[in-house]
Amino acid sequence: MRLVVDLNKCQGYAQCAFLAPDVFTMHGEESLVYSPRADEAQREKVARAVAACPVQAITAEGLNTEPLPEVSDAR
Amino acid sequence: MPGEDSLERLRREGRIVIVGASLAGLRAAETLRAEGFGGSLTLIGDEPYEPYDRPPLSKAVLLGKASADHTELPRLRAVDATWRLGVAASGLDMAGRRVRLADGGEVPYDRLLIATGVRARPWPKEAEAQLDGVFVLRTRDDAVKLERRMKIGPRRVFVIGAGFTGSEIASACRDQGIEVTVAERADAPLVGALGGVVGAVAADMQRENGVDLRTGVMVTGLEGDSTGRVRAAHLSDGSVVETDVVVVSLGATRNTEWLAGSGLGAGPRGIACDAGCRAFDFRGIVTDDVYAAGDVARSPNPLFGYQFLSLEHWGNAVAQAEVAAHNMISAGADRRPHMWVPAFWSSQFGVNIKSVGVPSMGDEIMITQGSLAERRFTGVYGYQGRVIAAVSFDNTRWLEFYQRLIETGAPFPPEFETVDRRPEGRQPVPADFPDPSLPTHGPTVTLSGYSPGDRQLVFTPAHP
Repeated sequence: MRLVVDLNKCQGYAQCAFLAPDVFTMHGEESLVYSPRADEAQREKVARAVAACPVQAITAEGLNTEPLPEVSDAR
Repeated sequence: MPGEDSLERLRREGRIVIVGASLAGLRAAETLRAEGFGGSLTLIGDEPYEPYDRPPLSKAVLLGKASADHTELPRLRAVDATWRLGVAASGLDMAGRRVRLADGGEVPYDRLLIATGVRARPWPKEAEAQLDGVFVLRTRDDAVKLERRMKIGPRRVFVIGAGFTGSEIASACRDQGIEVTVAERADAPLVGALGGVVGAVAADMQRENGVDLRTGVMVTGLEGDSTGRVRAAHLSDGSVVETDVVVVSLGATRNTEWLAGSGLGAGPRGIACDAGCRAFDFRGIVTDDVYAAGDVARSPNPLFGYQFLSLEHWGNAVAQAEVAAHNMISAGADRRPHMWVPAFWSSQFGVNIKSVGVPSMGDEIMITQGSLAERRFTGVYGYQGRVIAAVSFDNTRWLEFYQRLIETGAPFPPEFETVDRRPEGRQPVPADFPDPSLPTHGPTVTLSGYSPGDRQLVFTPAHP
């Protein structure tokens, strides 16, 4: 699954790094480093991270985006 | 009213073309559909990839926490578009409302959005730039190549330019235990964007993390071996640094060459547009069918003296794309201005650097919270007695407060006490920005254009 974090919004609360440590890690005290593509197996954990983010900075496809059609419109 | 009829027709069955299939182009397409645009939508992109995110390329990817070919942006919604990927736009016929493509094709439009962004400025000596081991870092392809080379374990990486990208690359190298030399023409890293006071902190941070930082020097040449691989960099102070990887981080060039001769107000500084994202033609008359958004656009911001700001910022690309898309399919009174307060972030050496406003406009800086020596602080920039920007090192939660000071034109120096004020923050000091007329690495905020107060008109040809 694809995801992106709005790092202007991110304030380093590190909830995501606690809930989905394979996808989100803190680099230093408040810098977030994340993988823009997470394994499907991580979906549940990423969903918790998305929900727990105090500033709602995480966008993850299929979690807090509108559903996409079966056939992607991208080439 | 006939105007409303034609707007309704545009919304129902019009043709919208977006040139540039990156962050701004994608978010504009999504906004158009979200606002009910039912006509045909075409996205044209010179790279053969669907829209991907660039910030991870110099951070998570180089730290080995993400793969360069997997940073595609999540889609907020379906956009039902025709994608022309891997083919660049090569020309614009404004009268005939057509975009010409590099493969000879043409795409007609009723409304056009230009979001062609910027590209990395290459090493100016072409033969040296061609040497094996010399890289730039802007695109996915750049990142794949650099990532591959970093994994082999170079003996030393040599970074030319200590702006944000160059500094992030140096940080990633040290994180991976790779020796790195950074050469910077100015006296410290990040001075173009944040000034000398903060630049000095960045310099200490680099050196303490084991970066061989050389400031006040220029790279005079890159030397290859007999097989065409780079082997050394020569500096203006006469020193020679042996290296097997060189990353050229000399800022970016706006992708406007394809508009030469089109009659659009486009040049090396970007595409001039109004606060509603409508592009100007070269006479300074605003168009109503050509829009611009993202890194390639420059538009007046009332909060900053109506200066034309061109911003290479992620958040600006999103915000401006949304405004442009909205305005493209809205009647005059419903249109919105793009009045985003510039904001960016950088992550390096484990420190989170963020800024709001336009630091490079600041004459003075005051460290209102924390301490430079501890690398946890907030600095406020002042310009003509008002707060114009703020920067934080590992202090991001305060920035929203300072953003409001900027938006409300609060007086500088601030008249109130702040949490964690230290003796060093009692008085403002000169922010120490370099003379903007001297070439250096590109600041992330470029001020250009002219306020109504000094009515000078300078014609900048598309090809300087």
